[in-house]
Amino acid sequence: MDYLDQLEAEAIAILREVAGQFEKPALLFSGGKDSITLVKLAEKAFRPGKFPFPLVHIDTGHNFPETIEFRDKLVAQLGEKLIVGYVQDSIDQGKVIEQTGKNASRNALQTVTLLDTILEGKFDACIGGARRDEEKARAKERIFSVRDEFGQWDPKRQRPELWNIYNGKIHKGENVRVFPISNWTELDVWNYIKRENIELPSVYFAHERDVIMRNGQWMAASEYLNMDEEDIIIRKKVRFRTVGDMTCTAAVESDKDQIDDIILEISQSKISERGARMDDKVSEAAMEDRKKGGYF
Amino acid sequence: MDILKFLTAGSVDDGKSTLIGRMLYDTESILQDQLEAIQNSSRKNDDGSIDLAILTDGLKAEREQGITIDVAYKYFQTEKRKFIIADTPGHIQYTRNMVTGASNADLAIILIDARKGVIEQTIRHSYLVSLLALEHVVVCVNKMDMVDYSEEVFEKIHADYHSLAVKLNLHEVTFIPVSALKGDNIVNNSLNMPWYKGKSLLDHLETVPVREMDALLPARFPVQWVIRPQTEELHDYRGYAGRVASGAFKVGDTIKVLPSGMRSKIAKIETFDGEHAIAEEGKSITMHLEDEIDISRGDMISEAERQPIVSNLIEADICWMDTRELDTSATYFIQHNSKLTRCKIQEILYKVNINTLEKVNADAFGLNDIGRVEIKTADELAFDPYETNKRNGGAIIIDSRTNVTVGALMLRAAL
Repeated sequence: MDYLDQLEAEAIAILREVAGQFEKPALLFSGGKDSITLVKLAEKAFRPGKFPFPLVHIDTGHNFPETIEFRDKLVAQLGEKLIVGYVQDSIDQGKVIEQTGKNASRNALQTVTLLDTILEGKFDACIGGARRDEEKARAKERIFSVRDEFGQWDPKRQRPELWNIYNGKIHKGENVRVFPISNWTELDVWNYIKRENIELPSVYFAHERDVIMRNGQWMAASEYLNMDEEDIIIRKKVRFRTVGDMTCTAAVESDKDQIDDIILEISQSKISERGARMDDKVSEAAMEDRKKGGYF
Repeated sequence: MDILKFLTAGSVDDGKSTLIGRMLYDTESILQDQLEAIQNSSRKNDDGSIDLAILTDGLKAEREQGITIDVAYKYFQTEKRKFIIADTPGHIQYTRNMVTGASNADLAIILIDARKGVIEQTIRHSYLVSLLALEHVVVCVNKMDMVDYSEEVFEKIHADYHSLAVKLNLHEVTFIPVSALKGDNIVNNSLNMPWYKGKSLLDHLETVPVREMDALLPARFPVQWVIRPQTEELHDYRGYAGRVASGAFKVGDTIKVLPSGMRSKIAKIETFDGEHAIAEEGKSITMHLEDEIDISRGDMISEAERQPIVSNLIEADICWMDTRELDTSATYFIQHNSKLTRCKIQEILYKVNINTLEKVNADAFGLNDIGRVEIKTADELAFDPYETNKRNGGAIIIDSRTNVTVGALMLRAAL
């Protein structure tokens, strides 16, 4: 079997296990290419039926406007339910405090909103688009990853995961994070998007944008980024290889606006996908620490 | 292009992490920012070159202790194939991780230190590979640079291992002399060992055939989910969703639903992308039957000809994976494909000393112990003996108090 067929079949089987094993699952949708791929896989797993779960978006308020627009269009097309948890609400409720300074980002704050949204929706399983090839802490992640009441990931206490049997048994209050595309690489996702003709937000393709240089990376100039007189805004042709918040996702200079060219550019790139994530660069164990705190 | 999943068994001292690092490095699978992170790290080899072993160390906790505490998955590809490596540690206390890694691998690389030869650990790793019924084994005799690339040393280890392989019924074994540190016979054939005429490790991994025999296995389809839209236009739609575990199903085939034993015929095989005449192993599909029978998650659709064993009294090999000992009086859950039911592990027949392969009496059965047990399940399971069809012969035991996976089962026979 071709590798994309194999990865697709595995992901569909994992999604169906979620449907079969849990009472109230949810699909975490960020508007990025990985979660858009998950939505396509969910269609393949459950159509002509409805999805046995809603889409859940944790909105930091610092999203690319293109992503939000895309999200709403996609949800309307699908005819599925969308639940949005707002980081702004967590800030207003005093549960988190907005970071200050030049590198301020809401990335870390969204964990609190995520955990609150899980609690409120009583979700016992949350499907996410994380992949093991992204980052070294994620390389050790299970496909069914049990989190305690505080959303914590404990790498030393992971359940052994054998064959294609996924143990989703949990106690009340716990939940499981499920990663159906664990075994996909960045290129696999792109090749699948191409093969399936999946539509993506326009930020993934080359476009003109105002950017500023921060820590050696091009960041989108926006009202969410704390800028001062030292920051010089330049107009450049860029695209985004990974899409999170505007404050923590860096752009790459590129004139590639066709998927074939983007795939070629990525396969020749000397920098990893998460090299464009400021949130991973805080320390050597940035992801490991965030995951232990309830992040993905 | 297809995917080869392989596992590497060996301890830190055998140079396992260096071997994986070398493969990733020499196939240019490491990107600049990752390489910079390694170069910035304080750990270096004695000669000042970068320590490739760091590439496989994931967690802060591991770096602090200099050990690998869990299964880590690594991905790389060449022009010929995609690879998924399950990197599992070799310390005795981590048998459970190796069993986990092996359950999802097609091939195992067993590392032997050329200076030490076949040791207790080699026996342990090889036993687990045979228990989990991996198709292919590659014995890498590593650190050949430390024994002057001696053919004699290699041949001695070759001969020693061969008798072990016979004993363990491992039939597809390939031997390669390597130096992971220096890169001999990893990606390119070594100039230091002109006497070795075989393939380099990567060349072998790229060309070894996988899953050749699978088409001959009996057709099995565990039902995961029933699709019932119950809308006006799809009022009578009833599709059984699942992944073909083994063999192939064709439209028109007579099937049997187990454990109920009801018969029907396949009316339609479909996916989101359309209808299909046939569905082979590994495909996720939706199946429709000609008759309306009561089928739900956990049921097994089998070809009518070669049926699986259906029983609630089962003999199995078990690897115990929990610090809390196996309790023959406790009720556990057993999960086999999509079927979940309660069970008791009624009797421990024996335990295997995995260093000597002797069967010994078991009064207590704890973490990393392996042996033969008798299980009684609440509902019947429809299974195949693991050694004939591992896609329908593996199961897990779940502790009903903690919900943790505590055992891996290789189902063998009905009692």
